[in-house]
Amino acid sequence: MATLADKKSKKLLIINSIFILAWLIIAAFPFIWTFLGSFKVREDFFSRSDWWYVISGFHTIIETGGQYTLNAFREAWTEGEFLYAARNSVIVTFFVVTISLFLGTLGGYALSRSPYRYAFWILIAALVFRAMPHITLVSGYLFPFFQLNIWGILPTTIIVLVAINQPFTLWLLYSFFKTVPKELDESGMIDGCSHFQAFRYIIMPVMWPGVITAGLFSLMLAYNDFTVTAMLLSYENHTMVPKLANYLGTNQHEGNMMWAVSSVVSATAPLFMVVMFFQKQIISGLTAGSVKG
Amino acid sequence: MLPTCVAMVLFIAIPIVSIFVQSLFIEHQKPTIEMEICDPFGCKKEIGVDVEAYAALNKEKPLGRFNGFKTYIDRNHLAFKELYEGWSNSKTFSEFSSTFFNLPFYKALIFTLTYTLFVTPFVICLGFILALSINALSQKIKGPTIFVTILPMIVTPLMGSLVLFWMIDAEGIIGSTIQDLFNDPYLSLKASTKLTWITLITYGIWHHAPFAFIVFYAALQTVPQEPIEAAIIDGADRFQRIRYVVIPHLLPVAVFIALISMMDNIRVFEPILGFSAEASAQSFSWLIYNDLRNIEVMNFGSAASTSILTIIMVGILLTPVLIKTWREFGESR
Repeated sequence: MATLADKKSKKLLIINSIFILAWLIIAAFPFIWTFLGSFKVREDFFSRSDWWYVISGFHTIIETGGQYTLNAFREAWTEGEFLYAARNSVIVTFFVVTISLFLGTLGGYALSRSPYRYAFWILIAALVFRAMPHITLVSGYLFPFFQLNIWGILPTTIIVLVAINQPFTLWLLYSFFKTVPKELDESGMIDGCSHFQAFRYIIMPVMWPGVITAGLFSLMLAYNDFTVTAMLLSYENHTMVPKLANYLGTNQHEGNMMWAVSSVVSATAPLFMVVMFFQKQIISGLTAGSVKG
Repeated sequence: MLPTCVAMVLFIAIPIVSIFVQSLFIEHQKPTIEMEICDPFGCKKEIGVDVEAYAALNKEKPLGRFNGFKTYIDRNHLAFKELYEGWSNSKTFSEFSSTFFNLPFYKALIFTLTYTLFVTPFVICLGFILALSINALSQKIKGPTIFVTILPMIVTPLMGSLVLFWMIDAEGIIGSTIQDLFNDPYLSLKASTKLTWITLITYGIWHHAPFAFIVFYAALQTVPQEPIEAAIIDGADRFQRIRYVVIPHLLPVAVFIALISMMDNIRVFEPILGFSAEASAQSFSWLIYNDLRNIEVMNFGSAASTSILTIIMVGILLTPVLIKTWREFGESR
């Protein structure tokens, strides 16, 4: 697709490459640095004398004998109870994704096939939930949850996250189902399918691209959430992100900083994997909203 | 349509509506709580609290005593009285502004607005330039480049800010390099208010630029080639083409990005925790969090009033958008 407009001078090309290279370093370097540092002891990662210690592991060699150590990870996962936090994160993420996709596909499909114009109201709900700082919603939930004695447990948090997430999921799936031609399920119904059969045998096989995109967004919301999980879960039920905040908190003894460093690495690694595999879907989801509205 | 569809609509709509209504309701009632917590014993917790009577009272009326709108205008929120006194007592403007900046609500207001006003335009510019540059890359390296570019965005803000914070810390790589450069062992990015704000704003740009990039990048694919070629034939150079063809085409997209990133920036919260910048930078979200974070003494009333004020602010911001959407939908009908 080499159109006339794509030709450009050499000078511009060089400036362009330098700019992109600079940006890539800015974007990726902090993560690489933290990754490298997580295999060292505290004195190396937070060293006053020489930042090269993070690479060379000067203190790490003295303390553990090797240039790399898994101590920070081991301690955080056992002593720091990061294992439980990871388990909680998996539970919360799994249920939030499943529930919001289940409700979202059924609802989105029904709305897209309905003759009335719900689109406006879904969009408004999605916008409002997007604009509202989550903590204002949380401060609304906290008090009744205390009164009903359902504060601090995973199910309530899952419901709250689903509720916050639902309008956006619904909007995404609604616009996706709009692109699936109506004739497809109508032809099925002419052949004698019921509504549910049409959904099961005709729509379900073609809906996966949209569902995966919507699922990825619920996954990122549930996995990354700090505000809701930190406020609505009790200490022992914390997921990974609030757990991490706890390591930084009040009791700052020697090991804790490295616990936080290693848990940042443990928590981001799976996320990066997911993004690497599903990059296309995420981008298409992010742009779906913008092109239309 | 068939009743199944209606049922599904209700299935989705009712929880959303009920939660929304519920949250509204509680928020409205809550301003009555806080005064209750302190009033019967002479207000503020400094005076010892009669724990038993307090617990009994709490059990009897968990929402607390009715207080009307007083929480809204107390020192921690709109603080009309303090503002008035500060205005009439101070002789110079700077004297008044110091009173002004010591009131938590206005302190948070100023920070939140500054943050939003600085981050949003930078995000749009950086995102646009990134989209243009990456769009010009060859197909082969585009994929990995985009992957690295969106990394700052997908990491939760708390972790993103921590990762940066550890680097700019006095013991981190950037922090110690800066100290060496200026030859000042006590120089620290978190020492002064100004530097903290700059750090937070830089973080905000780093975190949000990828989003602007992705949307611009997708929109760039829809720019028609014909006007560009026509412009080339008319002798337009590269920058003129971008200025007069591409930018007008992308303007609606830019407005969309500006809105979304303003929404995100107004609720800035996690970076403040990540950079441990509570002392010099506070946002509305942080104020609410601060009221609620201690399980023993939760200031529901105070938190709720701040929430309501925040929602009003967000509402003011959103109104033009809602009107615009309404009109567009009206036209398409």
